[in-house]
Amino acid sequence: MTTTIEEPVQFAGLETAGAHAWFGNHHALAGVSLKFPARSVTGLIGPSGCGKSTYLRLLNRMHEFIPGAAMAGEVRLHGNDIYAQGVDAASIRLKVGMVFQKPNPFPAMTIAENVLSGLKLAHLKIENPDDILERCLTQAGLWKEVKDRLGNAGGSLSGGQQQRLCIARSLAVEPEVLLMDEPCSALDPGSTLRIEETIKDLAQRITIVIVTHNMQQASRVSDYCAFFLTDGGPGYLVEADVTRKMFTSPKDERTADYVQGKFG
Amino acid sequence: MSDIVAEQVAEATPTQPWLRPQSAIRRDIATFVGLAVLAYGIVLFTGFARVDGWLIVFFCLSFGLIFRRARMMSQKDRRNALVQVVIVAAAVVAFLPWMSILASVAAKGVTALRPNFFFRDMRTTTPDDELTLGGAAHALLGTFTMVIIATIITLPLGILSGVYVTEIRGRLTKLVRFVVQSMSGVPSIVAGLFIYTTYVNATNTFSALAGSLALGVLMLPTVARTSEEVLKLVPEDIRGASYALGSRQWRTILYVVLPTVRSGLTTAAILGVARVIGETAPLLLTSLSNTSFVFNPVKGPMASMPMYVFGLLQIGTEYAIARAWAGSLVLLLIVFALFVVARKLGGKDRR
Repeated sequence: MTTTIEEPVQFAGLETAGAHAWFGNHHALAGVSLKFPARSVTGLIGPSGCGKSTYLRLLNRMHEFIPGAAMAGEVRLHGNDIYAQGVDAASIRLKVGMVFQKPNPFPAMTIAENVLSGLKLAHLKIENPDDILERCLTQAGLWKEVKDRLGNAGGSLSGGQQQRLCIARSLAVEPEVLLMDEPCSALDPGSTLRIEETIKDLAQRITIVIVTHNMQQASRVSDYCAFFLTDGGPGYLVEADVTRKMFTSPKDERTADYVQGKFG
Repeated sequence: MSDIVAEQVAEATPTQPWLRPQSAIRRDIATFVGLAVLAYGIVLFTGFARVDGWLIVFFCLSFGLIFRRARMMSQKDRRNALVQVVIVAAAVVAFLPWMSILASVAAKGVTALRPNFFFRDMRTTTPDDELTLGGAAHALLGTFTMVIIATIITLPLGILSGVYVTEIRGRLTKLVRFVVQSMSGVPSIVAGLFIYTTYVNATNTFSALAGSLALGVLMLPTVARTSEEVLKLVPEDIRGASYALGSRQWRTILYVVLPTVRSGLTTAAILGVARVIGETAPLLLTSLSNTSFVFNPVKGPMASMPMYVFGLLQIGTEYAIARAWAGSLVLLLIVFALFVVARKLGGKDRR
């Protein structure tokens, strides 16, 4: 979906204000303030090592699993800082889901169990499992291919199918935001295209933030783009705007160089 | 900038908001110290029996506090906290016997641990003499000698069998692996008996070399198995790169694969040594024991730490037992030190 410049943007309620990240003493990300528009795809682009994935992991409190990790600033979901004292991180992650770079379906579970695993692990009641299975797998673009073999092992699918299974799994807990960390970088071009179609479909219902170091993918899939860069120090945000404007008339010269392929 | 971006913030200080704040941790410590003092006061005024009474009062007060705190948590947090507590308690219970052993050996062994313990032998002293006379230096030397000889014999054999199983992968691979695994279950007395009936009878004398051979029988499976595990971890592309450069197999093994796992092999050796350094049964039939320094490893019985402890315990008088405890403590400390070194080296493989 595209947004014209005059239409006021509706925001998803997820935003960061001066978000920093450290790994031990290494300052990886310097104050990023960004607001994510609702029901759209925001792409985080930039060369490797400039903090895009780190920034993504700040958004659903996965950053703190790394020993020695530290952060500063605020990450707000519906106006409330998710790093405030007493906030239940697990419940945040139910609302802000994540799909990883390497497809990681649970090997000990069947396809059906994989899709429902999020609900089981969060100890949520499963009213009608068949409906949920069909809905999530259809949204992930996998239903037709697996509807007759839901009892097969999760690992018996191809790479692209596994990644779509992981997307279906994330959708089962009905998140408001889905974070995707280079979801297609381990896949072949055919699967990549299928997943990009899935992403565009999903964006009609939920907000998606996707990290990609493939500019062409960013221009195909995202409605908004945020360009990150590093000068050897912490990564920082250079520019963020509607994708069309970023690629045709960016405000910063470095953005122009990057999207034209002069580096990165 | 567009409406999705706000002012960027360049400087900030790192924090870890997901951890329990220092203030809460300090408050908890203060609470428990206060409870301990309160329990002590209660015991003083009500005359509960000494330490047990204090422990009971302290635990009752602590449980009361924990119960109140638990009721304030949500259902999910409470279950999470309960599981964490059970796991930590189980770990403590599993750890307790070992700590208790260490404590009693240390307490009992420290009385006989004089400097002369490390420098003198028992040639001119009886086990009943005062603890300032005599020592276990001959046993330390004996253990040292036998372990070195056993290592010299077993380490190359163990590494080579590991190399055979992972690199050469000949037709006997399955057999070698099976034999190594079965050997690791050989009872130590059987190892001693085997060397007795073969080597000791053939040479007609107890000797340190016989003891080393018996220890070697027990050490070989550990070294071979650990070497195999460590060599299996070398990624295939390292060997591929070496072959692609035109190297032959033995050169690849010697100059590329083995150096890659050098610290792992050292760990294998150290683990093997730690396995056998305290074995008594194999030495009973092969090297026996002695009261004086012996410098000839092929003729005549030689003392060793486990046999030293064993012999003194059999005598059973007060000073003898004190010496035995000291020997046990030294042995325990040596094994402990070996494992510490093995752990430090084990993490350093360059892969």
